[in-house]
Order: sequence, then structure tokens, then C-alpha cells
Amino acid sequence: MGADAYIAGAYEHPTREAPETSTMQLHAAVARGALDDAGLSLVDVDGYLTAGVPEYTFALQPLTMADYLGLDVSFVDSTDVGGSSYLSHVGHAVSAIRDGTCDVALITLAGRPRSRAQATGSGVRELRTMQDSFERIYGSTPISQYAMTARRHAHEYGTTREQLAAIRVAASRHAQYNDDAMYPDPVTVEDVIDSPPVAEPLHLLDCCVISDGGGALVVVSEEVASQLDREAVPVLGHGEAIGHRDGGRADVTRTAARESGSRAFEEAGLEPADVDYVSIYDSFTITVLLALEDLGFCEKGAGGEFVEGGTLEAPDGDLPFNTDGGSLCSNHPGNRGGMTKVIEAVRQLRGEAATPVQVDADVALAHGTGGVLGTRHSASTLVLGGTEP
Amino acid sequence: MSDAWEPRPVPDVTPETAEYWAAAADGDLLVGTCEACEAVFHYPRAHCPDCFSEAVSTTTAAGTARLYTFASPERIEGWPDEHRPLIVAQVELDEGPRLITNVVDADPSALSIGDRVAVRFVPTDRDDVAIPVFEPVD
Ligand SMILES: [Zn+2]
Repeated sequence: MGADAYIAGAYEHPTREAPETSTMQLHAAVARGALDDAGLSLVDVDGYLTAGVPEYTFALQPLTMADYLGLDVSFVDSTDVGGSSYLSHVGHAVSAIRDGTCDVALITLAGRPRSRAQATGSGVRELRTMQDSFERIYGSTPISQYAMTARRHAHEYGTTREQLAAIRVAASRHAQYNDDAMYPDPVTVEDVIDSPPVAEPLHLLDCCVISDGGGALVVVSEEVASQLDREAVPVLGHGEAIGHRDGGRADVTRTAARESGSRAFEEAGLEPADVDYVSIYDSFTITVLLALEDLGFCEKGAGGEFVEGGTLEAPDGDLPFNTDGGSLCSNHPGNRGGMTKVIEAVRQLRGEAATPVQVDADVALAHGTGGVLGTRHSASTLVLGGTEP
Repeated sequence: MSDAWEPRPVPDVTPETAEYWAAAADGDLLVGTCEACEAVFHYPRAHCPDCFSEAVSTTTAAGTARLYTFASPERIEGWPDEHRPLIVAQVELDEGPRLITNVVDADPSALSIGDRVAVRFVPTDRDDVAIPVFEPVD
């Protein structure tokens, strides 16, 4: 022991399609799962964090969820910066625990885009922000923007479609050991390249799944962790940052992971070479490649070469990633994959990952990318330590 | 070959962007300029995104640019089938800033990053609002 805060509970809902369940019911189910995992109960919770119910953006989150769950808390946070929100929530919970504001912080995510037949990032006429009048009216969607980012990266650095495909290949080899994965079958580089184009250079298998589901985490103080009959994962460092269009001058191949990663490493007193396992947000294959570069695992522009040759494949690659199959193959609950990145990192550090892909990890990094690269995005990075007996 | 799709849906015209859309209807592409630090920026706003000065004005861009990057999404909700393929792009104006737009009258498979493009304007259902798009030039 010795960190300010620990992740004591982690739970991923096994469902990938939940047509007969409400999203708030999923929030409650994952809250129960994470608290059971920690050996705690709802009355122990004195901090609550959520980015809300994506289909109810008007709902003054997290008031709606606190009402539904029956929470009485002294700390609350509803930071919503897209899919990386839940990694930021861990960082914010650590700060609140460090300040003495709360001792047991619950973080929940749930969503049902699959059951609601929601097409990600669609709608030319739906102008929700001022920026939409300069972007969405042109058909700019997340898929278009990530494709433009990938095309520019290929132009500047020579990144190939085969290199991007290697990321999906590694994830799919891990997914075969995950009974809950939506796409458990291993694929080849050719399978990815031959899959239907979505927006060149991205094809269908460069894209994450759309799934219902959710997940939850319980972050506790050192004192609470020491009293639990459960291994807890120390949070060694957190960093977050945002990127935007910078008045029309942003480099679309550069992400805010550069800042979030360096802040997390600095707080942890560690560097990329110390990391044994990475959970990297994988909305698209290009999202992973850019994050690996900007987090410092390779030079800028060298991501394509870095991911070739099985680097990301567990257990023998130099930097095993997303051993549950990630959002590319397993789960992307509510169009938001940050939560599951933390959960699989916790599983790895506790030795609970699937047997063939369990890594001998003392330090794991979980990284989230939220919003949309090429317009406005967020980055949030956690450096997590191994459990202690 | 993509086409322009007109008239386009009307953007959300706000007090600080009305001048931009009206200029487009008159055939001019505006960029923001800062009198304090000389930053040139897009989209328009009432302050400088670099130094936060309110001493900003607009200037008319030449309307020529280079293709910075582009995509041609296969499926997109709300875009009429008869006006496909759709080419979404970021173009870099000769004045510096990049903007998100469409490339029209072009074959996406024939485009390359770095290609020269020039602005043209497509009407909307409002006479005082038009949308800047770009087309390839030699
Ligand atoms: Zn200025």
C-alpha cells in the first residue's frame, strides 16, 4: 500500500444487446457488480461519477442516476468528454479521495445504441452546436473525421492499410478467449483489407462494434482498501487534456494523448518503457496507432512499423494491448469504450485476464480518446500499478 | 463524380456568424483576423482564439486552397442518395487556416492530398445564406 487511492471493484456487464432492459437498469446492474467485486455495498458509496445516459442528454446527469440508485454522496462529478470520461472520473475520484471529500467513489457507464438502432455520428441536418454549422452540414461525422486523420497520417508518414489492419488482427486473436466478445473469431490482415470500405482508408473491420452494455468501477481510499478482503489496484498517475481545431490550424495526426500521457507518467514517476500492458481506446484502428505514438511508445510517425510483427499480441508481444478483444471485437457499450479499457487493465493487474493472454504485468496503462479526432477530442490516461499481497 | 447538392440545408445563423453566411451569399469567403496578434482563423468568432482580443475583423480570402485531407463515407444519414458520392474534406486556405468543407465536381478516387482547389458557393433556402464548397482546379 502507499497510493492515495485504489481501484477495488471493476465490473463489465456481459450483455452486448439488451432490448428488454432500460439503460438506467444497466447502470444499477453494473454498480451492483462492481460493489460486489469490491466487497462493498451501496450504503458505503459517498462519491458518484457518471457521464450519464447518452440517450437522455437533457437529464441533468448525475442527478437522474443518483435518484434512481438511491445515492447519498458528498462528492459528485459528471464530466462528459465522450468515451474517455470514465478514465477522467477515476482521476477525479482519486483527487476527491486525496482531499478527504469521499472514501468510496462509484463510477458507472451504460448505454443501448445497438437496441436503439443508433447509427453512430449520423445526421446532416441535426445542428446541435455552433460548430455543426461549419462541420456537420458538410457531412462531417466521426467516421469521416477519423478517415481524414488516417489519410493524412498515411500521407505524412507512409502508414499503410496493412499496418492499421495489424491492430485489428491482434485484438481479434485476443477476443477468441473472451466468451462475451461480439466478434470472437480471429481475422487476418487480408480480412480487414477486404472488408467493405466505410470511408477510405478505413474499412468495416477498422471500426469498433456498436453494442449495448456498461461497466462500473469502485475507487477507494488507502484505508478502505486495506480493510477489504480483495486485491486493489493502486492508481499511480492520471493525466487529461483536450484537443480542438485551434482556429483551423490543428494537425489532425496529433492527439491530446501527448499531454495526458506525459502528465500521467510524471505523476506516476514512470515512463513508457516501464509499462507491461496497455489498454488503448480503439474506436478505430487509427485511434490506437495515434495514441501509441503520442503516449511515447514509439516516435511520431513510426506507429505503423511499431504495430507490425505482433507487437500488440499477448502474451509474447513487446506491448500486449486490449486482451479482452477491446472495442474492435468485444464491447463498446453506449458508443463509449473508456470504461472497458480500465476494467481490462484491472483484470490484467489482478491476474484475472483470460489464461492464454494473461500478461505478467507490474504496470499497466489505460488510455481513452473521447469526442472526435480532427475536430474536438479529449484524452485521459491512467497509470496503474500491480496489486500487493 | 460528386455534385454540389443544392439548395443545402440552412446552417444555424447566429449574431456572430451572420456576416460570414451573408458574405458567402455574395460570393466572398471570409476569414477572421486579429488586429492584436495578426492570427488568421476560421470559423468566425467575436474574439481571437490565440490572444482572446476582441479586436478582430474579417477579410475576404482569395478562395484558393490545397487539399489537406479528405474522405468519402459510404453511408451517411440525411445525405440524398442522388447527390453521392459525398466528399468531406479539410482544405488549407492560402491564408493559412483550414476548414471543413465538401469537394464537388470531383471523382474521389482521382483526388490526392495537395491538390489545388478553389471555392464556390451553393445556395440554401435562404437568399442571404450560402455554403462555401470547393472544386478542383488545375
Ligand atoms: Zn490575437
